[in-house]
Amino acid sequence: MTPSSSIAAPGATPAPEEHHDHHPSYLVDGTTIKSWLLTVDHKRIGLMFLFWVLLFFLVGGIFALLIRVELLTPGPTIMDAMTYNRTFTLHGLVMIFLFMIPAIPAVFGNFMLPLMLGAKDVAFPRLNLLSLYIYLAGAVLALWGMLNGGLDTGWTFYTPYSAHTTTTVAPVLFGAFIIGFSSIVTGINFIVTVHTMRAPGITWFKMPLFVWAIYATSCIQVLATPVIGLLLVLVTVENLFGFGMFDPARGGDPVLFQHLFWFYSHPAVYIMVLPSFGVMSEVVATYSRKNIFGYRAVAYSSLGIAFVGFFAWGHHMFVSGQSTFAGGLFGVLTMIVGVFTAIKVFNWVGTVYKGAVEFKTPFAYFCGFLFFTVFGGMTGIALGTVSLDVAWHDTYFVVAHFHFIMVGATIMAFLAALHYWFPKMFGRTYHEGWGLVAAALIILGFNATFIPQFLLGNNGMPRRYYEYPERFQELNVASTAGASLLAFGFIIIAMYLTYALIYGKASGKNPWRSKGYEWLSESPPPTHNFVGPQPEFPEEPHFYVDPKKAEVPDAV
Amino acid sequence: MQSSSHAAGGTAQPVPHLAGHFASLEVQNHAARLGMWLFLATEILLFAGLFICYGVYRFLFPEAWAAASRSLDLQLGTINTVVLITSSLTAALAVHYAKEGKNKMVAVQIALTLVMAVGFLVIKYFEYHHKFEIGTLPGRFYSYEGIQLPGVPLYFTVYFCATALHGIHVVIGMIVLAFSMVRALKKADFGPNNYTMVELGSMYWHLVDLVWIFLFPMLYLV
Repeated sequence: MTPSSSIAAPGATPAPEEHHDHHPSYLVDGTTIKSWLLTVDHKRIGLMFLFWVLLFFLVGGIFALLIRVELLTPGPTIMDAMTYNRTFTLHGLVMIFLFMIPAIPAVFGNFMLPLMLGAKDVAFPRLNLLSLYIYLAGAVLALWGMLNGGLDTGWTFYTPYSAHTTTTVAPVLFGAFIIGFSSIVTGINFIVTVHTMRAPGITWFKMPLFVWAIYATSCIQVLATPVIGLLLVLVTVENLFGFGMFDPARGGDPVLFQHLFWFYSHPAVYIMVLPSFGVMSEVVATYSRKNIFGYRAVAYSSLGIAFVGFFAWGHHMFVSGQSTFAGGLFGVLTMIVGVFTAIKVFNWVGTVYKGAVEFKTPFAYFCGFLFFTVFGGMTGIALGTVSLDVAWHDTYFVVAHFHFIMVGATIMAFLAALHYWFPKMFGRTYHEGWGLVAAALIILGFNATFIPQFLLGNNGMPRRYYEYPERFQELNVASTAGASLLAFGFIIIAMYLTYALIYGKASGKNPWRSKGYEWLSESPPPTHNFVGPQPEFPEEPHFYVDPKKAEVPDAV
Repeated sequence: MQSSSHAAGGTAQPVPHLAGHFASLEVQNHAARLGMWLFLATEILLFAGLFICYGVYRFLFPEAWAAASRSLDLQLGTINTVVLITSSLTAALAVHYAKEGKNKMVAVQIALTLVMAVGFLVIKYFEYHHKFEIGTLPGRFYSYEGIQLPGVPLYFTVYFCATALHGIHVVIGMIVLAFSMVRALKKADFGPNNYTMVELGSMYWHLVDLVWIFLFPMLYLV
């Protein structure tokens, strides 16, 4: 692999003190609207993604609350059955395609990747901007379709129903198809950046673990997204013209649709969750003030998850009529994902062990993350067991499971990243006390929302049903109460972070005393990230304790 | 895709413009090429989905597949294959001349490629037209009396989806190559250090060709 710089003389070190006054931070370097909308600076693009991603998170969250309010009583509460179907579909689509898939890669990946690699920008800055606008174009089209009728198929849009329903399937699916391009472009950009833009000294095994996670994620994005892209087009065509590709009446096979759908949508789960693993690897080392335990194991397990994740899709289809042999095989492959995840969990715990833990807000989210990953992951192993899944299939148990592992882990990591890198991105600090209060509320609220759903599912309540028997009401009320707690936590975060954005104290360059590469430049960084000559990186990332000195007692 | 225009960012200079965030020209070209290879990988996976549909349905309806395949015009299909492979040759020659800095020859070779691409589309148009006339159309539009086997409409669903998707790619490839041709004529600045744009466009064209090389036996020679 070509190192990023062959020009910089070896031994050259940046001398930042000479340049302090001449290099404004990226936030104030150009203040016109045009300088933001047409910027090619990865940091500004990351911030714009942050804005939109948060907005769509709000939209998806409002839909989630509407669902929970509707399910307060066994009968109709605030909406009719059709509106309910549309609401949960929109909740799923918005949260998955508009929030969770771009959440960490497009926001924090964009912002941090070049900083962590000692590069001035990503490899293709203009493509990077393009991916933002593709994303917005797709979002506008999809939301337009949702508001003009909205589809009622669930986010999985299974055929043959999605080909026949009278709701507006076509614009929403085509919107999702366009968003897929944004995902592909971001993925290509990040892979090429990692391959070609690393600063001198950053070899493959000296890359920060967040970079490894984003790299593995990008590989999945590039390899899986085209398949769903094709499928979205086929279903759109099917819905508009009725070609019969997946229509059993014309010889088509709906199970083939499911195979193609899950070939993307199962790896997509790892698109959502792998970046959070990366964030947590950074956070846990920083706040434990200890080198990450088992760096290579964590890096390889990211790639391992990305690889095995491609061969586990069949576990969504245990009751769809695939052969028993295939079911068993997919069950075993699913459990291998658990092995890789467990490697990571053990390494994170090993990092905290005998570390000097600073219990700051991001670390609080790390604790929540660990709980959700282990609990959600273990229920995933249970669901991967074919005989158990047959009973649990399409119940609230599955809903609670994937909200724990996919949403819980991602939200924890998203919030941890937001707090951990807030000083890096804006140069300001937030109120630590409120941060911890909100973290506690969110972790408690999340548990209160979804633990009742585990119980509901185990008692046999199917997902996506509009009405339910009286005996399920108590647990549903508990779940809705938990969701309110969760919403309350997010409102607190929105308030103190907005306050911090305007009135927060200046944070200084590196308030956490982190050894992450991204903290070597100013906070907030200047437009081209580093001033002076190409920086070099002689030390490993996550380098808190010299292993040789660590042999001596009392040396830190 | 867009990465092909990357090296073309600057004003008229004898050497290609080096973007500020790259360390050197080699790195920049390496990045552009790697990006293109990754993009081609996504294209292959895009078609892979259709190939899987093809494989599954051919397994389910082998007789229908054979019968429907025989109703295609093998002669036109073969001519189209030859045309497309030859156009790949001229696209490759364009890269060769771009490396040597012979800008006029670059334009000529790309023009030849474009002519053959148009020829391909025209032949494809006649094939489509014939199918619309006799009614060998996808799904519920199928009305051909000649073959009455279950699964035949499905074959034409796959046929039309695959060839239409490939046709769209032909058009995109033509647009990409046309940009290089215009640049070779107007700026005439391709040379030993500056041929990435032609190279990437040509790579894309080879992919379009390659997809057809798979589609042709799968659809025509069953």
